[in-house]
Amino acid sequence: MSGPLLVVRDLVKHYTSEGLFAARTAPVRAVDGVSFEVGRGETLALVGESGCGKSSVGRTIIRLQEPTSGEALFEGQAIFRLEREPLRALRRRMQIIFQDPYSSLNPRMTVGDAVAEGIEIHRLARTKAERKERVAALLEEVGLDPSYASRYPHEFSGGQRQRIGIARALAVEPAFIVCDEPVSALDVSVQAQVINLLRDLQERRGLSYLFIAHDLAVVRQIAHRIAVMYLGHIIETAPTETLLSDPRHPYTQALLSAVPEPDPTAQRARIVLSGDLPSPSSPPPGCRFHTRCFHPLRSERCRSEVPLLRPVHGSLAACHYAETPASPLAH
Amino acid sequence: MSERQSYFRAALGTPGGRAGMLAVGAIVLFGIAAPLFLPDPAAQPDIVGGALQPPSALAPFGTDDLSRDVLARVAAGARVSIAVAAIAVALSATLGTLIGIVAGYAGGAVDALLMRVVDGALAVPRLFILLLLLAAWERMPLAALILIIGITGWFGTSRLVRAEVLRLREADFVRAAEALGARPGRVMFRHLLPNTFGPLLVAATLAVGDVILLEAGLSFLGLGVRPPTPSWGGMIYDGRAVLTTAPWVSIFPGLAIIATVLSVNLLAGGLRAALNPREA
Amino acid sequence: MTALLEVQNLRVSFPEPGGGRIVPVDGVTFTLERGRTLALVGESGCGKSLTSLAILRLVPPPGRIDDGSTVRFGETDLLALQGEALRRVRGRRIAMIFQDPMTSLNPVFTVESQITEVVHAHFEVPKREARDRAAALLQEVGIPDPLARLKSYPHQLSGGMRQRVMIAIALAGQPEILIADEPTTALDVTVQAQILEVLDGLRESHGMAVLLITHDLGIVAGRADRVAVMYAGQIVESAPTGALFANPSHPYTQGLFGSIPRLTGATGRLSPIPGNVPPPSAWPSGCRFRTRCPIVHPRSAEAPPLLPVGPDHLIRCWLAEDGAR
Repeated sequence: MSGPLLVVRDLVKHYTSEGLFAARTAPVRAVDGVSFEVGRGETLALVGESGCGKSSVGRTIIRLQEPTSGEALFEGQAIFRLEREPLRALRRRMQIIFQDPYSSLNPRMTVGDAVAEGIEIHRLARTKAERKERVAALLEEVGLDPSYASRYPHEFSGGQRQRIGIARALAVEPAFIVCDEPVSALDVSVQAQVINLLRDLQERRGLSYLFIAHDLAVVRQIAHRIAVMYLGHIIETAPTETLLSDPRHPYTQALLSAVPEPDPTAQRARIVLSGDLPSPSSPPPGCRFHTRCFHPLRSERCRSEVPLLRPVHGSLAACHYAETPASPLAH
Repeated sequence: MSERQSYFRAALGTPGGRAGMLAVGAIVLFGIAAPLFLPDPAAQPDIVGGALQPPSALAPFGTDDLSRDVLARVAAGARVSIAVAAIAVALSATLGTLIGIVAGYAGGAVDALLMRVVDGALAVPRLFILLLLLAAWERMPLAALILIIGITGWFGTSRLVRAEVLRLREADFVRAAEALGARPGRVMFRHLLPNTFGPLLVAATLAVGDVILLEAGLSFLGLGVRPPTPSWGGMIYDGRAVLTTAPWVSIFPGLAIIATVLSVNLLAGGLRAALNPREA
Repeated sequence: MTALLEVQNLRVSFPEPGGGRIVPVDGVTFTLERGRTLALVGESGCGKSLTSLAILRLVPPPGRIDDGSTVRFGETDLLALQGEALRRVRGRRIAMIFQDPMTSLNPVFTVESQITEVVHAHFEVPKREARDRAAALLQEVGIPDPLARLKSYPHQLSGGMRQRVMIAIALAGQPEILIADEPTTALDVTVQAQILEVLDGLRESHGMAVLLITHDLGIVAGRADRVAVMYAGQIVESAPTGALFANPSHPYTQGLFGSIPRLTGATGRLSPIPGNVPPPSAWPSGCRFRTRCPIVHPRSAEAPPLLPVGPDHLIRCWLAEDGAR
């Protein structure tokens, strides 16, 4: 079967305060009409700063949260319409790994039991011995000693815990994994180990990743394509090298210039954005970035007309003036 | 290594916990082993000459108005009081945990309904319910008393467990289990339940002290454990007529109550102290 | 040039549950000169934060600064100060900002009262003037509409704004040294860029010396005058920033550089350092990096001292003696 593995159309996720006596406040428009595709064996990175909605996208498409509206097709199946049992079956195909290596493992469960959980739930092993064997093989695959199976999570470092979380996700042999900031909480040297592991696993198993991150330098090591989010919208998407070498949206340019490069000789001029991120419950009208934009051509149009993603120089960019470079500093 | 064992081992690390655990252990052991070296608590060896004897080498706590050995009766009372408290608390902790986990994990209408029931129940004094039931059921058997104390004691526990579950529910390991396709039962009992165990244990230990006091109070009013079954509250009640002439009949069971409740609370404090560093 | 801050052979130790002591900071030596920036770089658990806390004598109990350690601030022996004398140094002459802007501000007080508290603690000024100073400080750290912001509570501010307020509080005592412990780690990259710009500007306008504690070599480049890389409680490499980046010489520093994902250059596999940072109780004897080092040196069982590899460039590695890199 060809065609993309996952197609997401017009995904919307709003959070309203719940409860009988909760004040009626404007909903938080975390994700506000997001569309993208992920191909087989492909990594799409969803990049943005806190509050841009990237994690909500990840959690919604694997139905850990219910979407407000929109559609998602996974291997042709409409995910958001699945009833309980077909949804459980889908869990074998789509998995998630988390950012926080501490909260993502049950402190009262051995490593072996954590990794075996998916095997147990989906009855993927006929005997206890077979289950044990598979757990050992999974631990080995993520670079851990199989003897760790009988230990508890608190005995392990952040990087090791992250590997355990990866083994747990792999246990059900998924085709697609949402990686929700999987290396953000790790030290640099360990971060590189986990990035390499994820790359190896992708190659070996033909996995597809939705890689959610805030660090463009990390993303560059693993993503085939990048989608940049700002206040619930994708504002630019392009193949990785295109986006990094020729960013078309002013926000992408600012984000890129803010990445600290460990090289004193190559200190690029920085674009320092002014002001704070507006509240996602009352995003600015028109282009959501206009309140902080530094594009020389920015105009009344930006304040009133929402720019749509459109092809510009090999990227898709949601800026009315994407043809003109926003800043001579950008590259 | 069982989790329960490890909690108690950790509690041994604090001086209060150590003292509490040793004292509770000693009291329980004393209650259990007493028949081996003390007279039968029901025996009335010499109802005429041996009644109301002050403490002596033969009867270290003296004798009561029926010439029964007070020490032997305090020991028998320990068996009864602690057993009543332990069984009742086990029952209420189980009920409270089940209801708390379901309310916390299910959320929404189920949670709202269960918690309104708890709010209502907590607004009625427990003693009042008990007195009402005991007044209506004159010769209530011990098992029924335990049952009633148990089912009127879970409200607070359910709230505690629910609060804990609400916190844990947001942890990524619960997300991960759901993403693996775990059914609600599995999430609640494999993931949430074991993680509520610590605070639950502290609360249950404190509850044991409370129930010992409650049972003593009821028995003192002549409503709890009925004679001839010895109970500390009942013994104080029996001794009130001779309080000025033979105070030992009431004082020793009174001291037993204080010592037991104090050591149970010390143990609870030790458990709490042992648990908190884990939270940090 | 005389050193403003001189740290010599600093050792911080903690008792272990089973008896004995662990030494998470073990013999750290460096100097900081007026108006300069020294970066203390390392991964979690290397002892960099504890080093900065020890300078202000803020080591959390039951930890202690061991005998034989020296921390001199100009002519003052900081380790000998007690009570009031110590408080006059803290905040007034050496100020500190922390990583987490969410918890380092007190949620129940306004921005104004948290800044003026520091002003009043160190200067005899009337209320009115303290408030003017607070407003001026907010202006200086780039907070728009400072008079209105003085009335805000921390929860009404974004993470970046809170960190600006933290910096304003640190500046309120007009310190000579600013210790910045991972000042931008909890912030988004574009906000990080804003905060770093503020810090750079202030260092120049106030002539403060800055001790920058960070795990990110990226923010050190083009900012620090000198870099000290820490591993397992020790400084393993120390050099002027240019020399360190041009010529990282300790195998650990080289490993760190190999691990950092970059925006330019090849995107092949990263070359991480194998293994994990061991906890202080499991630090190997001899060279502490030897369990993870790609190079097997015949003398690695002996603890190497800091040895020169270039002008003002030291590494804690026997390779320096071999003249090899």
